[in-house]
Amino acid sequence: MRLQLSPEDQSFRDEMRTFFTTQVPESIREAVAAHRELTKEQFVEAQRGLNAAGLAVPHWPVEWGGRDWTPLQRHIWREEMQLAAVPEPLAFNTSMIGPVIATFGSQEQKERFLPATANLDIWWCQGFSEPDAGSDLASLRTTAVRDGDDWVVNGQKTWTTLGQHADWIFCLVRTDPTAEKRQRGISLLLFPMDTPGVTLRPIELLDGGFEVNEVFFEDVRVPSENLVGEENRGWDYAKFLLGNERVGIARIGSTKRMLADAKSHARQITSGGAPLAEDPFFRARIAELENELLALELTALRVVANSVGGKPHPASSVLKLRGSELQQAATELLVDVAGPLSVPSFTGDGSDVPEWAQVSTPSYLNYRKVSIYGGSNEVQRTIIAGSILGL
Amino acid sequence: MEFSYDDEQNGLREAVSGLLARAYSDSEQRRRVVATDPGFDEKTWSRLAEMGLLGLPFAEADGGMGAGPVEVSIVAEEIGRVLAPEPFVEAVVLAGGLVSDLGTDAQRAEVLGALAEGTLLPAFAHAEVGTRWEPSARAVTATEDGGSWTLTGVKEPVPNGARADLLVVSAVAEGVTRLFLVQGDAAGLTRTGHRNHDGTRSARVEFAGTPAQPLGEGAGDQAAAIEKAQARARVAYGHEALGAMETALTTTAEYLKTRKQFGVPLSKFQALTFRAADMYVSLELARSTVMWATLVVDADGDVVAAADRARLQASRASRHIGKEAIQLHGGIGVTAEYSVGHYTSRLTALDHLLGDGDWALARLSRTVGEHETVDPLRS
Repeated sequence: MRLQLSPEDQSFRDEMRTFFTTQVPESIREAVAAHRELTKEQFVEAQRGLNAAGLAVPHWPVEWGGRDWTPLQRHIWREEMQLAAVPEPLAFNTSMIGPVIATFGSQEQKERFLPATANLDIWWCQGFSEPDAGSDLASLRTTAVRDGDDWVVNGQKTWTTLGQHADWIFCLVRTDPTAEKRQRGISLLLFPMDTPGVTLRPIELLDGGFEVNEVFFEDVRVPSENLVGEENRGWDYAKFLLGNERVGIARIGSTKRMLADAKSHARQITSGGAPLAEDPFFRARIAELENELLALELTALRVVANSVGGKPHPASSVLKLRGSELQQAATELLVDVAGPLSVPSFTGDGSDVPEWAQVSTPSYLNYRKVSIYGGSNEVQRTIIAGSILGL
Repeated sequence: MEFSYDDEQNGLREAVSGLLARAYSDSEQRRRVVATDPGFDEKTWSRLAEMGLLGLPFAEADGGMGAGPVEVSIVAEEIGRVLAPEPFVEAVVLAGGLVSDLGTDAQRAEVLGALAEGTLLPAFAHAEVGTRWEPSARAVTATEDGGSWTLTGVKEPVPNGARADLLVVSAVAEGVTRLFLVQGDAAGLTRTGHRNHDGTRSARVEFAGTPAQPLGEGAGDQAAAIEKAQARARVAYGHEALGAMETALTTTAEYLKTRKQFGVPLSKFQALTFRAADMYVSLELARSTVMWATLVVDADGDVVAAADRARLQASRASRHIGKEAIQLHGGIGVTAEYSVGHYTSRLTALDHLLGDGDWALARLSRTVGEHETVDPLRS
């Protein structure tokens, strides 16, 4: 039991902080801090900068660009990145398909995909959810039927985040509809988004943005060498991938930044004749959220310290559950600080309403997603009740 | 940053939990013990002394074990786990802690050695009716006459005040708050003990020209030292609450698995299992914060602020878990015969002995403008 970071971890933290606050283009960090939608070019520029410095895929195997860091160092890396408003390396590439290929892919697949995936030369999107397979992912119905050396894919995916930028998709497909357990008949295929028969339709969200899409497949031919691992073992790879998705999903650094922003905006707003920042009720709300966030951060540190052999600590479900709730609470707080200025969302130039206030409600509405994706909070409660409490 | 216990600490936990499991193997045993004065088992108290636990945090020169706050937290957690009524935090961390911090060489040797041996039970007489969780005294005054001091006024409620062999009393002396030692058999001392809702004992303690010995030397205000000792006790109580919350949760989960209604175990109802999952979330978040606060005490960081943070989190969790544990049990949870309600009762007492969640929140609120973000690694 020890409070302080070791001198090595302390200097590691300083090194990360210095890099993220000085070596990532200011314009990109500003856009993240302002909750602006990033362009594809901004994502790519940021990730290539990180990759050049060895900071894009530190959790990968060393031979593919990993750094062999301790779990605590990875945690520090991620938190410092969020705190500095650096766009994180694209999760679909670095947290999801990259580790799956590195673990289960063939040597050819590793050589072909991993360097390009780390450098965001290939932009991946996720083909998991379907209109009738959300939390119940195993009920997915997109099929792949073998025809000579190819798989022929038919069906539909949805909630495909940033699919409009994607070069390739990793896609769960049903390859054995007769399997006794439906989880056993699923495989994982990789194919380019410009393959004939792939159609993308953007879905507009409440905030007016287009970050998710529907993807339709009509007789899409995928060469058999693009199957990952073994046929009908796709569910295992999906579980592995989703386990990685939960790591870092608490987004503590990002919520910290939002609370700090709320305090600073509240100094500029007068309420009842004094700055809102001095209002006792407002201060109590901040203090309670800061304490909740502290509790979450400390829990993340405990989980990180006790993750053995890559298996997450059972309390990791707490990180997703509480992390999403606190992200939402912070966006809600920003709406409340903006008050009447939270209503005019798209005034554009020529308005006196500050940008942070204009985006506050769209962000709040957009952030309803965080308790839904990555295994909805109800799924997390099911995991806690089942695998921890034995209920 | 390191959150795991070493072998010696794990060994300590096993030894303490073994001793307490024998003393309180079921909740009936505890009910019998708390039914009569002094509200705890003197034999168990002696066994805790034999194991060295009552001198755990004190310097070896003073008759203690020279252990740190982590070891103290382990004992407090095990006390809470079985709801042992022995006043470990009250006597060792709070009353003993004040003597250890402020006492002269002679006072430390006399009080701490006997406390460690289990032959002297000290109690901190500080609370006064009409004030709440202040570090200073108002209602008891200390007067000096020719080098001897006497106290006049009333302290209430004083935990274990009737049973205590020695009282550590806060009083107003020449305009500042000072601490005094008063022997249990001192003249002009009237103690009226009573039972609390959680089975523990408190007393109304009246001083009428009662002879008292100043704790430590000098004439300076000791309120800051009281604040710091209370902060350490808040953290230790946090661990006691963690132990109690964990048992309340596991008891509830077990009940959901075994109790049948509508022909199926209650664990078939998602409305109930989700609530149990939320209890787990509360417990783990409180655990992280309380453990961290102990590490801040260990590193001698900003103990008062860390204790407020732990207090807030533990308070919120205690209320959530205590109330839900009863509700998920149903009617049996409200009976004296069944264990779980007693956990809620004790958790409620722990929440109000040294400051509740809203009290801690009000204190934390005052300083939110002084930092941009909270950084637990630099406290």
